[in-house]
Amino acid sequence: MPMNDLTIGIGGAAGDGIDKSSETLAKSAARSGLYAYSFNSYQSVIRGGHIWLRLRIGQDKVYSQGDHLNALIALNQDSIERHAPEVESGGAILFNADKLKLNIPIRDHVLTVPLPIAQLLKPLGPVPPIMQNTVALGAMMFLAGLEFESIAGVLTDTFSHKSQAIIDQNVGAAKAGYEFAKESAVPLGYQWKFSHKRRPYITGNQAFSMGAVAGGCRFYSAYPMTPASGILTWMAEHAEQCGVVVKQMEDELAVANVAIGAGYAGVRSMCATSGGGFALMTEAIGLAGMMEAPVVFVEVQRGGPSTGLPTKTEQADLNQVYGASQGDFPRIIIAPRDPKDCFDSAVEAFNLAEKYQCPVILISDLQLSEHPETIEPEDLTSNVPIDRGELVTEWNEAKQGRFKRYKLTKSGISPRTLPGTADTLYVAPSDEHDEEGVLISDVFCNQALRRKVAERRMKKLDLALRDLPAPRIEGPANADVTLIGWGSTAGVIREALAQLNASGIKANQLHFKYMLPFHAAEATALLKDCKRTIGVEMNSTGQFTRLLRAETGHKVSDHILKYDGEPFEPAQIAEQVRMILSGQPRSLDVTENEAREIAYHYVRVHLNEEVRPGKISKAAANGRGEAVWQVEVVHREGGAREGQLLIGVETGSTYAWQPA
Amino acid sequence: MAAIVELPIQNYEGLVDPDWCPGCGDFGVLKALKMGAAKAGVAPKDLVVVSGIGCSSNLPGFITSYGVHSLHGRSVPVATGVRLANTDLKVVITGGDGDGYGIGIGHFIHAMRRNLDLTYIVMDNQIYGLTTGQASPTTDIGQVTKSTPHGNVESPINPLALAIVSGATYVARAYSGEPQQMADVIAGAIQHKGFALIDAFSPCVTYNKVNTYAFFKKRVYKLEDEKGYNPGDSETALERAHEWGDRIPIGLVYKIDKPTYESTDPVLRKGPLTKANMRLDEKVFQSLVEELV
Repeated sequence: MPMNDLTIGIGGAAGDGIDKSSETLAKSAARSGLYAYSFNSYQSVIRGGHIWLRLRIGQDKVYSQGDHLNALIALNQDSIERHAPEVESGGAILFNADKLKLNIPIRDHVLTVPLPIAQLLKPLGPVPPIMQNTVALGAMMFLAGLEFESIAGVLTDTFSHKSQAIIDQNVGAAKAGYEFAKESAVPLGYQWKFSHKRRPYITGNQAFSMGAVAGGCRFYSAYPMTPASGILTWMAEHAEQCGVVVKQMEDELAVANVAIGAGYAGVRSMCATSGGGFALMTEAIGLAGMMEAPVVFVEVQRGGPSTGLPTKTEQADLNQVYGASQGDFPRIIIAPRDPKDCFDSAVEAFNLAEKYQCPVILISDLQLSEHPETIEPEDLTSNVPIDRGELVTEWNEAKQGRFKRYKLTKSGISPRTLPGTADTLYVAPSDEHDEEGVLISDVFCNQALRRKVAERRMKKLDLALRDLPAPRIEGPANADVTLIGWGSTAGVIREALAQLNASGIKANQLHFKYMLPFHAAEATALLKDCKRTIGVEMNSTGQFTRLLRAETGHKVSDHILKYDGEPFEPAQIAEQVRMILSGQPRSLDVTENEAREIAYHYVRVHLNEEVRPGKISKAAANGRGEAVWQVEVVHREGGAREGQLLIGVETGSTYAWQPA
Repeated sequence: MAAIVELPIQNYEGLVDPDWCPGCGDFGVLKALKMGAAKAGVAPKDLVVVSGIGCSSNLPGFITSYGVHSLHGRSVPVATGVRLANTDLKVVITGGDGDGYGIGIGHFIHAMRRNLDLTYIVMDNQIYGLTTGQASPTTDIGQVTKSTPHGNVESPINPLALAIVSGATYVARAYSGEPQQMADVIAGAIQHKGFALIDAFSPCVTYNKVNTYAFFKKRVYKLEDEKGYNPGDSETALERAHEWGDRIPIGLVYKIDKPTYESTDPVLRKGPLTKANMRLDEKVFQSLVEELV
């Protein structure tokens, strides 16, 4: 493990301030010039539950939360029990020694840092209990070899709107932790070169929002829905500053239609939601296509179907976005890969929407939208292109003749006009219509006109495709295996490739951003040279590879699919590639770690907080028709055996609770 | 406020003649809308007529103005978007009772509580006409329709009462048989600052054989003829809103002054969004970036 790549896990319950603690640590590292990436595995509860966040800090750019655990900040007993054994040799475990104890075997050469929180905080006077986190962060800064000045600066800025006393308390708490670690431990040995280039630490949702306002978005509508709500929060917070009207509507039907009204009237407008809300917006997407109103929709996927996994990630809404609304109409679908790309794609989306007068859908997912990572400061700029397309601002009917809003043109684009303009009056209809917007829906039977109108609309997509950069192979040429993905998985696939290439498997990636219109010819040419292809997707049916096959005729050799709610780790992809190449079919059996999680669920529902899963062993069928995991359930205090759970290896069924 | 200059009604003459059934009440509403807009002095280029789907929602095609003929039940949010985007425009929503009180009722209620400066004319014929005669949210109990062959059993919605309690600040009822009064009520609604509902009786001569011109002619009376009627009093307005049977009031039922949504939004107070600079100030942008460091 290189000593310039550090993964810190923070575990606790909802309400423990895990996200904020991670942000403080990440920004501190980022101010020193390091890179950071974090992913928070949280639950749909406001208080309680189990929250597990991993923050990875690197000397070089890190593209995922990685697959290591070098340090643990445990905020409750549960987190010690679950994660302390995962901390790798050379790492450290930090916890509040006043409340928690290390009651579980850990690996060799792992430093334990029991923090005497009350004693350390005493000199600061009465402080809120959450301050234990700040002490732990200070200790972590020392152990990780990070600069104390950075965290002092971040805390000072974070609480700049509060009193000097609050700032002093926070910096003091961090200092107390830092000094305690200095006295009682040695640093873990990380070696950093601090460039002090201050890198922004940004989530996909923040990047969408900032790209939108930089790109001229002045109207935003939404209905709260995880994991898209971050955009609403950002927009509402910055509405006045950025001159954006932000409207929370009564439902997603209203959200989509109000955005269409604003787009029709001439304001760059955007709305965002997740899969369920997008389902409600569906009819309106077709309205935007028919009226030729420019609107940007953001669909932040979470685990489906139905309410599904509200706080978990998945890429299973591609079919929905692709097929939303009845009839044929042009739409553009863009799947950005990382926060920088979210910023760029938002800018691009508004230009495409106005140029081609159609709905543009940005498809993201929980992982991309909610995880923060460092990007280069120069990646964020207000100096972005703004292209409003063919917009008629003046017309003289006497001289130029009657204005035709939906003029049949060779390019497919009919110059647009905005309400309030003299001499260009028209009605934008949801019914089929002629060049002037007059309905032909009930005309018996204007086949020719309908045909030409439909052809004109769809032609816009051919033109739009020329504006979009074609996909390309990333990584070594002539690879033995090419990993194919789309959207948010680009970074983790990139890191999996590095692992594969380091272990002697020549691998590269072909990653897609533009789902529609699709670079069919370019993709076909690239795929012809690929020796073996594996589709890598966060869904259970390979939605993108089906689209790829429809567009190019190329059938991927294999799939690596994940649909358990948690994002890929690079080693998981690399391992599955190795297994595929060695001809081993992927096992769908429940693993030992998964059996532990299933046992935790059973304990939570049927038993009590005083017990936890202990030793796990595999046993033969024993009359269950399948092998089973025997999970010991032990008492948290003292570890006495309370009973045993039997969990099916193949089915995952929890067969029996057998009390001791 | 600038003086109102009335415009000739010919300015609003539509490109296409309405294809409603001969005798349809919507003809009267169309005429009254043109008269009302002319009286309020709104130039066709500054008027946006937004509708949903239904016989009456075809109206934007028969008048000269900007317009959106949107989806069934969605005229109110589309109109909200137009209005928020460009507060220089006058936005009038037209549609039927099924569109507004049925599929679109959620939007209707929320738009009223926002008190946006919108005028909503509902051509209420108490039946689904375009789909050939099913019960609507305002169909009376007992009425036989294609979807209620044994008589409607659901209580009808009271649009006026609903509007008064939901926060509309201008609530009126009109009748196609009284186009001049309707035109006056529409002109008043357009000039009113805030959300205006006009529930317009617009008889369906083909599918509603109960609520006919004869039915209304016998029953309607004008509120402006009632001595001492005060539309500013919500209690008496609610009483009139509930009056149904032998006597049915038409005219301005309720009107109060309340700040509009537009006047309370800090961004909109600076002027129409369509006129705002699309470029973000560099200093503002840099402060957004600084939050991330």
